[in-house]
Amino acid sequence: MTDSQTDRPGDQPDADFPDEPAVPASQQTSRKAADPLAEINARPAQSGGGPDMIQLLTPEGQRVPNDRYDPIIEALTDDELRGFYRDLVLIRRVDTEATALQRQGELGIWASLLGQEAAQVGSGRAMRPQDYAFPSYREHGVAWCRGVDPINLLGLFRGVNHGGWDPNEKNFHLYTIVIGAQALHATGYAMGIQRDGDVGTGDEDRDAAVISYFGDGATSQGDVNEALVFAGVNHAPTVFFCQNNQWAISVPNDKQIPSPIYQRARGFGLPGLRVDGNDVLAVYAVTKTALDNARSGQGPTFLEAFTYRMGAHTTSDDPTKYRISAEVEVWKHRDPIARFTTWLLREGIMDKAFMDQIEAEGDELAASIRERCLNMPDPEPLAMFDHIYVEEHPVIETERAELARYLESFEGAH
Amino acid sequence: MSTTQMTIARGINSGLRAAMEKDPKVLLMGEDIGKLGGVFRVTEGLQKDFGEDRVIDTPLAEAGIVGTAIGMALRGYRPVVEIQFDGFVYPAFDHIISQVAKMRARSLGAVKMPIVIRIPVGGGIGAVEHHSESNEAYFTHTAGLKVVCCANPADAYWMIQQAVETDDPVIFYEPKRRYWDKGEVDTSAAPCGLFESRVVKEGSDLTLLAYGPMVKTCLQAAQVAEEEGKSLEVIDLRTLSPLDLPTLTASVKKTGRVVIVHEAPTFGGLGGEISARLTEDCFYHLEAPVLRVGGYNVPYPPSRLEEDFLPDLDRVLDSVDRSLSY
Ligand SMILES: Cc1ncc(C[n+]2csc(CCOP(=O)(O)OP(=O)(O)O)c2C)c(N)n1
Ligand SMILES: [Mg+2]
Repeated sequence: MTDSQTDRPGDQPDADFPDEPAVPASQQTSRKAADPLAEINARPAQSGGGPDMIQLLTPEGQRVPNDRYDPIIEALTDDELRGFYRDLVLIRRVDTEATALQRQGELGIWASLLGQEAAQVGSGRAMRPQDYAFPSYREHGVAWCRGVDPINLLGLFRGVNHGGWDPNEKNFHLYTIVIGAQALHATGYAMGIQRDGDVGTGDEDRDAAVISYFGDGATSQGDVNEALVFAGVNHAPTVFFCQNNQWAISVPNDKQIPSPIYQRARGFGLPGLRVDGNDVLAVYAVTKTALDNARSGQGPTFLEAFTYRMGAHTTSDDPTKYRISAEVEVWKHRDPIARFTTWLLREGIMDKAFMDQIEAEGDELAASIRERCLNMPDPEPLAMFDHIYVEEHPVIETERAELARYLESFEGAH
Repeated sequence: MSTTQMTIARGINSGLRAAMEKDPKVLLMGEDIGKLGGVFRVTEGLQKDFGEDRVIDTPLAEAGIVGTAIGMALRGYRPVVEIQFDGFVYPAFDHIISQVAKMRARSLGAVKMPIVIRIPVGGGIGAVEHHSESNEAYFTHTAGLKVVCCANPADAYWMIQQAVETDDPVIFYEPKRRYWDKGEVDTSAAPCGLFESRVVKEGSDLTLLAYGPMVKTCLQAAQVAEEEGKSLEVIDLRTLSPLDLPTLTASVKKTGRVVIVHEAPTFGGLGGEISARLTEDCFYHLEAPVLRVGGYNVPYPPSRLEEDFLPDLDRVLDSVDRSLSY
């Protein structure tokens, strides 16, 4: 990124080795007496994300002026802003419905995005149609922004397929469960875009960028770090979008991340920024800038969206085993939808009637998803042999015939 | 004799506890194994009792976990590593195959790698992809590793302790869909050595060979067959590498027929190796070709199809009938 980049603390050239160890001695053993809440409350400004965190809307719904990003927000029409609201509310509604479907046995498992709506909608709406997203397994909000029908997301969780949508239809790749792998795929895709000459032409319908999504836990994987190296040396048109929701299942940030994640990017030759992930305006503005930079040939950016996983890791998880409910309470006050609602209402951009209308739309959407989920057929057993290879494969064909014969032997048996 | 009822998960938990009490060099590493006690609660309570230095909640990086376990082992520790699910061992594959398995030979015997890598294995739990795989053949194909799989609580309790005491690296498979199966555990003495297979039901007409989750299926098959007047012998392999061939051949020479059952795809699976060995060693005793029942040669299917993929009672009995009809 350009001018303001040099103002960030991480950019000062290092002096010699610091006199003091970077980690206070008290924290150098694994036996920290950690009271996570004390730490959260001790962080002064900006919703726990520290002074470097870019925030345009406080949890109370106050606009924070920002010379660099205000023009991007001001360029948004009221329709677009109301659109963000609609996205946020509807995707939360989809998420609630999917959780309910899991509880009723219609899905095997569900990974909730509760609390991360702004991070996903803000970044998802910053994309252009020709851009490409590589999600993990929690990016239901990004899928929504790409125009992927939410019912498609349910197949994997219901156990009828392993994803099953055509990634090239909406430039939204399949969910990736193996932590971090997609960061490399995104980087390679971006390297392909470079070779096609679709970077820096100035044609805004041609220049393309890639964005990969992963969590705080994923930053420990070799794959993510290797992706940063590849993107860095290739100057690839890609944005790494890390949703730091503070937890990787039961493992908190302080056991996962030795120093703030966004600062790590520097070492890979990438600008790294922390944005308030619960502030849809800030996420939109920062991601748009990063994607624009990538498309115009200025290379990759690493973004850390500072957010919180309000729910369990998945419906199979029991967070009471490892985190205190008071921490969740703190984050409830930073809810992404509440602050945006406050602001939109105060600015007169939306009114109660609009909110009612979206709520009704949400109910309809949820009902439709429920109905289509219940009607999702189980695949035929022989379908397991389909699509494994492009070309015919004799072992597969032999086994397909074997299973067919075996299944036939039961017909009429009862 | 002092016996207690416990599940397989509890058996491993208690076994780990015993191993840690016995040897201060034993430590556990893995994702979410501390406060959470692992996603299957196998390490529940151990961090509380042994501290964070011995029960390490690692960063989310399998290559990192196994790679640092190697360093720990070189420093004299005995790391027991938990891989959260079978499908997530692959980031660590390089370290397991290229480093763990070869270290002793490369050092001409100067160093050892007493590392245990615990992997919950297999399907049948209705999970999403990468959570239901049976990848034992990759490891049995690799010289330098030992591979075992427990199938009941008593073995869970004892085999994990024996694995920890083994000076060679051990891949320790745990049948995840059987984690909550209960059984009697005699905590006073180990029933047998780690690298021994065991006849769990005697019979005379045919031998069923299985391990892990399929042992229970085969015992059920033997019971059904018994009602039809067929006497099946069931062997729990327990050790997959090395194979306990004397126990297997003795049984096959007695019955003359054998069906090997595993969840992994039969193509390139461990059953193929066992079949070849038995054919060589028992050729003149065999009344029928060695048959295999296993998964198909496809990626593990979506969970709604897993019952068609996994060997079950009917498919085992179907193969038994085929063998007996030769
Ligand atoms: C390679 C690999 N190892 C382990 C897992 C099991 N697992 C699934 S999600 C998860 C935690 C991920 O945390 P994070 O990256 O912060 O993403 P979040 O779930 O918080 O969105 C783990 C360990 C996995 N899916 N893949
Ligand atoms: Mg996380």
